[in-house]
Amino acid sequence: MDSPKELENLCTQIRRDILRMVHAVQSGHPGGSLGCVEYFVALYFKVLKHKTSFQMNGAEEDLFFLSQGHISPVWYSTLARAGYFDLDELNTFRKLNSRLQGHPATEEGLPGVRIASGSLGQGLSVACGAAQAKKLNQDNHLVFSLHGDGELQEGQIWEAVMYAAAHQIDNLISTIDYNGRQIDGDLKDVLDLGDLEAKFKAFGWRTLVIEKGNDLLSVIQGLEKAKTMAFQKQPVAILLHTEMGNGVDFMMGTHKWHGSAPNDEQLQIGLSQNKETLGDY
Amino acid sequence: MKKIEHQGLKDTRSGFGQGLLELGKENPNVVALCADLTGSLKMNAFKEAFPDRFFQVGIAEANMMGVAAGLSIGDKIPFTGTFANFSTARVYDQIRQSIAYSEKNVKICASHSGLTLGEDGATHQTLEDIGMMKILPHMTVISTCDYNQTRAATKAIAKHYGPVYLRFGRPKVPNFTDPNKSFEIGKANVIKQGTDLTIVANGHLVWQAIQAAEILEEKGVSVELIDLPTIKPLDEQAILTSVQKTQCLVTAEEHQIFGGIGESIAGFLSSIYPVPIEYVGVKDQFGESGKPDDLLKKYGLSQSSIVEAAQRVLKRKK
Repeated sequence: MDSPKELENLCTQIRRDILRMVHAVQSGHPGGSLGCVEYFVALYFKVLKHKTSFQMNGAEEDLFFLSQGHISPVWYSTLARAGYFDLDELNTFRKLNSRLQGHPATEEGLPGVRIASGSLGQGLSVACGAAQAKKLNQDNHLVFSLHGDGELQEGQIWEAVMYAAAHQIDNLISTIDYNGRQIDGDLKDVLDLGDLEAKFKAFGWRTLVIEKGNDLLSVIQGLEKAKTMAFQKQPVAILLHTEMGNGVDFMMGTHKWHGSAPNDEQLQIGLSQNKETLGDY
Repeated sequence: MKKIEHQGLKDTRSGFGQGLLELGKENPNVVALCADLTGSLKMNAFKEAFPDRFFQVGIAEANMMGVAAGLSIGDKIPFTGTFANFSTARVYDQIRQSIAYSEKNVKICASHSGLTLGEDGATHQTLEDIGMMKILPHMTVISTCDYNQTRAATKAIAKHYGPVYLRFGRPKVPNFTDPNKSFEIGKANVIKQGTDLTIVANGHLVWQAIQAAEILEEKGVSVELIDLPTIKPLDEQAILTSVQKTQCLVTAEEHQIFGGIGESIAGFLSSIYPVPIEYVGVKDQFGESGKPDDLLKKYGLSQSSIVEAAQRVLKRKK
């Protein structure tokens, strides 16, 4: 899977997976999941040097941590389509006895997941530790993490932002899913983050802005650029401008699909806007 | 009763520091993190010997727990160090999600537990930490009684895979356990055998219980004294064997009665072998500033409180 067309098809198929998974159990978080499809495809199919024969310690490979665990549908679909586990298992999402918990977990042993996330604000600290372990192990690979913009309202994030710069954790590339929306409304109305790029810079990070976070080529180029900024004594932050609900017209331009499932009719509309490409699970 | 002698006064936190230093030499995967309390936790020797494996996180305990979880993913064995209150209550959700639920091999090492940190007062005197930690699935919970045992426990938990809460304290207390005894997680230690009454204690109250047992023996009561450093998993067999013989029990701990060893033991015995139990612990109160010994007396944790509890439980015994 390499050509731009194949990767675009993959994005479309993952959007279908997200809608169908969330619809099937009438719960889950489609909005942020849809907004991050291009990031996940770019990361797992172009950027991340990873093994699909999963090992918890992730030795000699790049690692990824999802800090905003509620967008698990996009991650599960990506992991399955990257070969971490069978596509059929997507049918079990949020159901009893599943490895695909509502929020990602390690207890059931799902390949690809190295830490539980869901309670927000914890993933950056974990990514910092994993990156420092790589340095101690003289493992010259990168650690990537993804965070919601609303999640940055958690205090622990800023403890970790301070820590990463002070400890020169320069094998860390953290991306902010900057869609400007959260459960209660627009981020600027709930609790404004102000000038986010200036904040990261002031804390001692290198920053990179990807304006078109739902344009696959822009995301790939942005992530590749970020890799060239690594290993220079500073952590790297990417502000990824995305659209919550991207690819499904009635889910865009609002915060309302953060954590709501489409009904039967809405599912059909969403699927009609994202035709089957690589085969449904 | 043969008098139990001690080898001098030493703080349990120094036992932790010594154990950690030895671990550093023995196992290159052992790393340490501290939240601006390196001296108080006695982590200086490790820091100086292994600067690359020591991580100063500043006054940011939540981040420390997450960083430790991340380090463990890369096969490191992280030991976090701060006061008991900041090791538990302050960072409970971080421990719950990133360490316990995620089954990370993190050793949460907590000094200044209980009332006996003394003058700093109730903000720092955590008396709820054991309860909070023991109800977390996957968590092993240990509270040590002296320097030697703390050193041994520190070394033992590095060999055990999984999250551990290790609780110790600030003041210098009698150091009386065998310096050559290795620590077995989940094993109670019978300090003295007896037939009339079982006393189960841990932490700083083990020494108080030894003193209480001597007083009781002088009064003609045959006391079986058990040191229970591992709260979870509970050594059910040791407790059952003892109360089958003595038919009554006193528990003693520097912790709230709610959530402590008394509660764990009562819960276990009530379902299979109920016997009269009296509880020595803090009774749903916060502490206050004062000298450690004065605090133990005021809050009913001293040797005389254990003696009184023993006399009450002996009266209840049929």
